[in-house]
Amino acid sequence: MEEIDLLLLFDAVLGFTLVWLAWQTLSSLDLFRAVVLFIAFGLLMALAWVRLDAPDVALAEATIGAGLTGALLLSALAQLSARQKHESETSLFLRLTLGVLMFFLLIGLGYIVFSLPPQALGLSVEVAKNIELSAVANPVTAVLINYRSYDTLLELGVLLLALLAVWSLGSASTRKSAFVNPVLDLLTRILVPVFILVSGYLLWVGAFAPGGAFQAGAVLAAAGVLLFLNDWHLESKYTGFALRSVLVIGLVMFIAIGFGFVFLDRVFLEYPPELAGGFILLIEAAASLSIGIILAALFLGRDPSVKSDSCSDIDTGVHK
Amino acid sequence: MIIDIVTGVLLLVGALFFLAGTLGLLRFPDVYTRLHALTKADNVGLGLIVIALMLQADSWFVVGKLLLIWILILLAGSGVAHLVASTAQKRGLKPWKK
Repeated sequence: MEEIDLLLLFDAVLGFTLVWLAWQTLSSLDLFRAVVLFIAFGLLMALAWVRLDAPDVALAEATIGAGLTGALLLSALAQLSARQKHESETSLFLRLTLGVLMFFLLIGLGYIVFSLPPQALGLSVEVAKNIELSAVANPVTAVLINYRSYDTLLELGVLLLALLAVWSLGSASTRKSAFVNPVLDLLTRILVPVFILVSGYLLWVGAFAPGGAFQAGAVLAAAGVLLFLNDWHLESKYTGFALRSVLVIGLVMFIAIGFGFVFLDRVFLEYPPELAGGFILLIEAAASLSIGIILAALFLGRDPSVKSDSCSDIDTGVHK
Repeated sequence: MIIDIVTGVLLLVGALFFLAGTLGLLRFPDVYTRLHALTKADNVGLGLIVIALMLQADSWFVVGKLLLIWILILLAGSGVAHLVASTAQKRGLKPWKK
């Protein structure tokens, strides 16, 4: 009894802190402070997911939500302050309109939350009943790659589109420091192999425990971020076709396997149960690789194959 | 039984280290002293908590994973502390003097 009360107290403190952090993040005028608060918010959010018994989402939130998004925001901030700062006052009309719209959104969301049944099983019973057919023991992976594979396929497409958009924006200034911190260098040398190992582990374990393609990809991307921070760059002979092949292999593999069985009298993205395990692993492996490289490329913020010509005015030309 | 008591003591002492580190973060005057408080306290505090959890682990595999987490955080914590401090120094932040 007392134990339950203590956990409830913990949840209450966690929930309150989350709302408070979100408010602080939004209201902070100092952008650096806002980003740091956002990262803290992501980490606490991951804790909240753990408390909700959703370790898969918690892993994704911690790696992508807090870690990689934080790194992306920080690098965007560095580029923002490198250019000239322009302070613009938002007009009162715009603020009022936004305020009213947000108020209605709050009412709507509140209504939805309170009209939900307090004990909802949703589709979890169905998933548990058919888990044998999906060939994996982790229900989250079963839903992501088998039952609702359409959603996951489109998510991969969205990631690729985001990268294309960033690349087409072109010349993000590259932060080149001639001096690479030796401690960071050593840390990278130790951590990158560990990250690759952990990424493979998360991919493998995703079949029967929390983990999977997105978490594995995010850890792989973290290794990429560390490498980029050390002024590492891909050799130019790999930045063209080789890099692009890796970027799309997840999507290609997904669609190819999805279509492969259409010729065997099955619908798109339906795998025969006796072979599903192997194909899911194949799709997940290709997807993690693509997700990892796409996320790392998003952090780099420009197409590495065009660095020598279009960015030459900003690039100092210091390459190792 | 004895293992449970040892676990409890280790958890408590670990939590004390975290408390001391947090107090240091809030109360110390500049970035260098705050880092000093944070990294040392958190590394030892986390170590104690990891040892406590190892005593309760079901398998050697879990023990190994806990150990790996500790080592990774030791590496990341000390590395990042150095980076923060060296950046602060490069930007000309003077260490606090009484």
